[in-house]
Amino acid sequence: MFPPLPNPPTAPTPPRFGDKDLIRRSASSVTPPAQRQTQVAKLIDVSKCIGCKACQSACLEWNDMVEEVGVNVGVYDNPHDLTPNSFTLMRFTEWVNPETQNLEWLIRKDGCMHCEDPGCLKACPAPGAIVQYSNGIVDFVHENCIGCGYCVKGCPFNIPRISKVDEKAYKCTLCSDRVAVGQGPACAKACPTQAIVFGTKDEMKTWADGRIKDLKSRGYKNAGLYDPPGVGGTHVMYVLHHADKPEIYAGLPNNPRISPLVEIWKGVAKYAGFAAIGALAAVTVVHGLFSGASRVSSHDEEKAKEMADKPPEGTPRENA
Amino acid sequence: MNMEISRRGFLAGAGAGLAGTTLGAFGFGDVEAAHAAAIRPFKLANTAETRNTCTYCSVACGIILYSKGDLKKGEKAEIIHVEGDTDHPTNRGTLCPKGAALLDIVRAKTRTLYPQVRKPGSDKFERVSWDAALDRIARLMKDDRDKNFIAKNNDGATVNRWVSTGFLAASATTNETAWATYKVVRSAGMLVFDNQARV
Amino acid sequence: MTNSWTDIKNTDLVVVMGGNAAEAHPCGFKWVTEAKANRGAKLIVVDPRFTRTASVADYYAPIRQGTDIAFLLGVINHCIRNDKIQWAYTKAFTNAAYVVKEGFGWQDGLFTGYDEEKRDYNRSTWDYEIGPDGYAVVDETLQHPRCVWNLLKQHVAIYTPEMVERICGTPKDKFLKVAEMISECSSPTKTMTSMYALGWTQHSKGSQNIRAMAMLQLILGNIGVRGGGMNALRGHSNIQGLTDIGLMSNLIPGYLTIPTEREPTFDVYMSTRGFKPLRPDQMSYWQNYRKFFVSFLKSMWGDAATPENAFAYDWLPKLDVPAYDVLRAFELMHQGKMNGYFCQGFNPLLSFPNRKKITAALSKLKFLVVMDPLQTETARFWENHGANNDVNPASIQTEVIELPTTCFAEDEGSLVNSGRWLQWHWAGGTPPGEAKHDAWIMAQIHLRLKELYRKEGGPVPEPIVNLDWRYADPNEPTPEELAKELNGSAVVDITDPNDPTKVVVAKGKQLVSFAALRDDGKTACGCWIYSGCFTEAGNQMARRDNSDPDDTGAFGKWSWSWPVNRRILYNRASADVSGKPWDPSRKLLEWDGTKWTGYDVPDIAPNAKPDVVMPFIMNPEGVSRLFTRAMMRDGPFPSHYEPFESPVANVVAPKVRGNPVARVFRNDFEQFGDAKEFPYAATSYRLTEHFHFWTKHAHANAVLQPEFFVEISEELAKEKGIKKGGMVRVWSKRGSVTAKAVVTKRIKPLICDGKTVHIVGIPLHWGFIGEAKKGFGPNSLTPYVGDANIETPEYKAFLVDIEPIAGPVA
Repeated sequence: MFPPLPNPPTAPTPPRFGDKDLIRRSASSVTPPAQRQTQVAKLIDVSKCIGCKACQSACLEWNDMVEEVGVNVGVYDNPHDLTPNSFTLMRFTEWVNPETQNLEWLIRKDGCMHCEDPGCLKACPAPGAIVQYSNGIVDFVHENCIGCGYCVKGCPFNIPRISKVDEKAYKCTLCSDRVAVGQGPACAKACPTQAIVFGTKDEMKTWADGRIKDLKSRGYKNAGLYDPPGVGGTHVMYVLHHADKPEIYAGLPNNPRISPLVEIWKGVAKYAGFAAIGALAAVTVVHGLFSGASRVSSHDEEKAKEMADKPPEGTPRENA
Repeated sequence: MNMEISRRGFLAGAGAGLAGTTLGAFGFGDVEAAHAAAIRPFKLANTAETRNTCTYCSVACGIILYSKGDLKKGEKAEIIHVEGDTDHPTNRGTLCPKGAALLDIVRAKTRTLYPQVRKPGSDKFERVSWDAALDRIARLMKDDRDKNFIAKNNDGATVNRWVSTGFLAASATTNETAWATYKVVRSAGMLVFDNQARV
Repeated sequence: MTNSWTDIKNTDLVVVMGGNAAEAHPCGFKWVTEAKANRGAKLIVVDPRFTRTASVADYYAPIRQGTDIAFLLGVINHCIRNDKIQWAYTKAFTNAAYVVKEGFGWQDGLFTGYDEEKRDYNRSTWDYEIGPDGYAVVDETLQHPRCVWNLLKQHVAIYTPEMVERICGTPKDKFLKVAEMISECSSPTKTMTSMYALGWTQHSKGSQNIRAMAMLQLILGNIGVRGGGMNALRGHSNIQGLTDIGLMSNLIPGYLTIPTEREPTFDVYMSTRGFKPLRPDQMSYWQNYRKFFVSFLKSMWGDAATPENAFAYDWLPKLDVPAYDVLRAFELMHQGKMNGYFCQGFNPLLSFPNRKKITAALSKLKFLVVMDPLQTETARFWENHGANNDVNPASIQTEVIELPTTCFAEDEGSLVNSGRWLQWHWAGGTPPGEAKHDAWIMAQIHLRLKELYRKEGGPVPEPIVNLDWRYADPNEPTPEELAKELNGSAVVDITDPNDPTKVVVAKGKQLVSFAALRDDGKTACGCWIYSGCFTEAGNQMARRDNSDPDDTGAFGKWSWSWPVNRRILYNRASADVSGKPWDPSRKLLEWDGTKWTGYDVPDIAPNAKPDVVMPFIMNPEGVSRLFTRAMMRDGPFPSHYEPFESPVANVVAPKVRGNPVARVFRNDFEQFGDAKEFPYAATSYRLTEHFHFWTKHAHANAVLQPEFFVEISEELAKEKGIKKGGMVRVWSKRGSVTAKAVVTKRIKPLICDGKTVHIVGIPLHWGFIGEAKKGFGPNSLTPYVGDANIETPEYKAFLVDIEPIAGPVA
C-alpha cells in the first residue's frame, strides 16, 4: 500500500509555498526562486480505478462546490462534462479489446493535468490570473481573471471552464490549500483503492513502475505511464493498461502539446509587453488568434509556423 | 480528539517498495511566507475533531468530523467537514462517494426537525410538541394492546403476545439504541419485530 | 464475515459472486486491490452484469440471476471429479464421514418427505444414523454408501459443465476457467475468499446459495484460515449489531430464540436447546445455552426475574408462527389485522416488495409512527406525488406521527461492522431543530406506557412495569449504561466454586467474558456474545491501537470483536489435526504441545488437544457440515430451483416451481407473472454513487447519479427500438415504472437451455423526496415471496416487460 495521506492538521499551519515560489505568472514575469521545491504529482492508476466517483464527491465537498443535479442521458458520466463546479469527472468507456474480444470498461478520472509547460498559463492574457509554483501546481487566481476563455483554448486537455455566474475560469487546484499544509489532494485522500496516489513526482514514477510491472504480469503488455513530453510532462499522470492507445480512454490525447497559436501569442506578449498595452488591448490582439477551436488543424499549424518565424508587424522591438 | 493514537503501527509496515512518503518534504520554502493569493486559507484550521464511523455500509470506515464549536467542551457544534480517518485500519483515510459526502446528509434540507402529526384523511403534516406526540403514541399503543393482547392461547398455554402492533428497527442505530429498543418492544409483548437484516 | 476486511489482503483468490464489492463496499474492496498488488492474487467476478467490480477483475463470467446454486454445485462437482479437494481438512473437519439415516434421498427435484399441501418437508430422515453409544455413526474410510461424502458426490453429479451452461447461460469454457482457478485453492497453501452480499440473499433460496459456497470453501479447506472464509458484506452500518442483538421476531440477543407456544414452560424450552455432543469429547458450546438465556432474562427484568418464576419466562411472548417477519407483517396489515406500526429508520414503502401492496397495507393501519433523521417516503405514503406516488390522501385514514431523530454525527455508541468489530464513536455535532436520540424516544415511550399501566391497569402489565430500567436518568439511558448492560455484570457476589469464601466477581462489577455467566440468576447479561466489550478495564470498543504485529491484518487491539475479541472465526481450523498451521506463511494459531498460541484468540478451549477436540465448537459434531441435517427447511444440500418468476423451466426438476418450501402467501401466487407475458429476466441492485434511499437526500450524491434508469443490452435495445437515454416503461404483474434507458455492452443476452434470455437491470435509489430527481424503486415490480429459511424477499430475479415510450431523449 502506498503510505496513506495523514489526517489534516487543525492547528493553524503556515503554508509551505507561496508567491516567492512562483516559476510562472500569466502575462507577466516573475523572479524565479533560487531553489525549486520538490515537484509533486498525482498518479491516477486507471487499472485500479473502480469508477466509484469518490474523487468527484470529495472534490465537491472539499472545495465547497454545489453542482447542479442533472439528468441521466443513458450513461454513467455525471455531470456530463467538467463544469466550473466540477473540477473532476469520471469518464466511462465501454471498449471491446479487438485482441481478446473481451469487454473492458475503461474509467478515467478527467481533470487538470498540471502541465509542466502549461498551455492555459501561456495563453492567459490577464497578468497573474494563472500561476505556476515551483512544485508544479498550476493555479488560477480568480481575482485577476478576466473571463476571456483563452485558457480553455490554450489547454491541450480541454479542462478549464468559465463560470456563467462570475465570468471567471475554474479548474482543479491540485488542492493547493491542502498541499500547502503538507496534505495531498482531497481526491487522493478519498480514493478507496488508491487508484489515485499523491507524492513527489519521482515517487510517483517509481510507484508507477511497480504497477506497470504488475499489469504486464497480468497480460497487459502495453501497460505504461502517461506523462506526455509534449507539455513538458505533467504533475497529474496516468497508469494505463493500454498506454499505446491513450485515445481509447475517453479521448485522452495521444501526444498533447500546446497549440502553436499559443506560442505566437507568447511572441506577441513578448514584443508588446503587458505594461505597455494593457490587458484589454491584449485581449483584442489575441482574439483573432484564438477564435477557432482548441484543436489544432494542419492549416492552423502552417499559419502559426509562418507567423512565428517573423514578429508581428508594428511591434516595438525595444521592449523585447 | 477522542482517543489520540500514534501512526507508528501503519508507517512501519506501509509502502512496499517505498521508504515512506516524503510529504513532509514538499515545502522547502520559508514557512513564514504569507499565503499566495491563489491558495485558499486552510479551512480546517481551529476546528474541533471527533472520531466517528461512517453511517452507511458495514465496512465501517473511520471518519473524523470537523466542527466549529466543540461538543466536548459543552459548546454548540456545527459540523463543517467530514474526512476519512487515516489511523483507521480498514479505510486508511479513504472514503467512497457516499462517505465523502457525509456532510450533505448531516446538513440535508430534508432532515426531520420537529415532531409532526398527519391526521386521518389529511393532506398535510402539522407540527406538534414532543410531549403531545409521545403521549399520543403511548395512548395508541395502550389502547391497542389492551384490546388485542393475547395472554393465553386456545390450549390455555401462557403466550403473552401482542401482534396487532409491530416494530421495524433501524440497522444504522447503535447497539445501545438497539438494546434499549429491544427491551421496550419485547417487554410490551411484541412479536411483529424485524429490522433491515431481513431484506 | 468469518474473517475481517483487513484479512482479505491475505488471500490468493477473491471470488465476488452474489455481490458487487467494488460498488457497494469500495473501501473494503481496497483489501482486494492490496491482495492483488502484494500477493499477485486474482479476482473472479461472476455476475449477470459486467459491474464496476468486474471492470478490475482478472476474470469475468456471466451468469443468469437465480442460478448460483447450479454454478456452485458445478464447481464442487468439478473439484470432486478432478480430485481437487483439501483431503486432510475435509476428512477431519467436516462431516464427510458421517453416515446418514436410511431413507434419505433426492428425486425429481425434491428431498425425502415433501408435503405438497403444506409446502413443507417432514425432515425426519435428514439426519445422522446414531450408534448404540449414542453418538453419530462415522465411516472414516468414506466407503459407506450413505456417508455424507458419497451422498454429496451423487447429489452434485448432475451439475456437469454442460448442465451449468444450460441452466446458468455461462458458456462452458468460461465456467471451466472459473472452476479451474477455484479448484487450485484446494492446496493447503492457497486460499480463496468468498465476498458476497444481497446478490445471494435476495432469492427464494438465498440461504442455500450461501450454503453452496460454504460447502465449496470447506472442501477446499478455506474456512478458519487467513485470507479465506465466507465473507458476508453486510449492508447497513449496524445491520450486524441489530442481528446480534436479535431485533427480529424470533430472536433473543446472541442468537438465542424466542420460545414458541409449544414451549409453554422454561423446562420444555430448554429441553430442545443446549445440544449434547454428537461425537465424543466435543465442546458443543451451546451446552451453555441456559447460562446465556437466564442472564438475558435477568438483564430484562432484574430482581423481578427469580428462580421461583423461572426468571420471568412467562413474560417473554410466545410465537404461534415461525416468525412475524416483514413479509408476514405487511400481509397481516394488508388483511386488516394490524393496527399500529413503528418504523425506526426504515423506509418500507421503497424497501419491501410489491409496493402497491405495501401502500394498501399502510393505508389500513390506525397509526404509523416514523422515527427518522430524514423525511421518508413511508412517512408520507399518504401524500400525492403525481405518478411517483399516486394516492388520494382523503381516502387514507392512517394517523401518522413523524419523530425527528439524531443522525450518526450527533450520536454516541457502538456499531458492529461486517467483520464483527464493535467500534465506539462519539458525537461531533449539535442535533438540528428538536431532533432527539432514539434511546431517549424509546425511554419516553416506555415510561409513558408504564405510567398508563400503573394508572389504568390492563392485561398482563408485569413485563412492562417490571422492566429493569435502573438508569441514572430514566428519561435517557446513556450509551455507556446500555453498553455495560450488554456486556453483563454480577448480580450478587460470585464466589469460587472450589472456595466459597473467595469472591471472584463482586456484586455490580462488569464481567470479563461470557465464561463467567451463570445459569442460576447470579449474573445478568444482555447479549452473551458481546460479553467482554465493556469490562472493569473500560470500554474495549473504544480502543484505538492500530498496531498489527507481523502484519497479519488482525488488528487485535483496535476496538473489540465478538466473540471474546476473536478476529477469525473457526481459527483452530487454520492448523491441521496435529496443530501445525496448514500454511506456515499464513500462521494464525499453533499447538505448542500444551496450548494454542498465535495471532488470534483461539476459537477453542486454549488447552483443547488438537487431535481430540475438533474446531467447529458450536456444532455438537465438532466438525462443519456439508450435510446440514434438518436445520434448513429446504434441504440438507442445496439444489437448483428457478426463481418463482423465471424465463425458463427448471431442467433438473421440471415439475417444481421456485423453491418448493419458499414462503408464499396464498394471494401472492396469483401475482406471479410468467415468461409468456413477461419475457425479460429482471434484477435489482445498488449503484456505488448511492446508499439505498438515503443519499438521494445528499446533494453531492444526487449530482453523481441524478436520475432513475434501467440498464439493458444493445441487443434488447435494438429489438425493442429503445434508444440510449430514451424513456422506457417497465412493468411486471404487480406494477409499472418509467425510467431512462442505459443501453450498454455490460449486459449481454444469455443462452439458457437454447433460449435467449435478455436481462433488465433496475437500480434502486430513487423515490419522491430529496435532492435527486423523482423516480421509482424496483419494489414497484418485485414479487412478494420470501426465502424458505429467512424470508428475505426475492428482489434479484423476477420477470418484466419493457417498451420505449415518448419522453425526453438526451
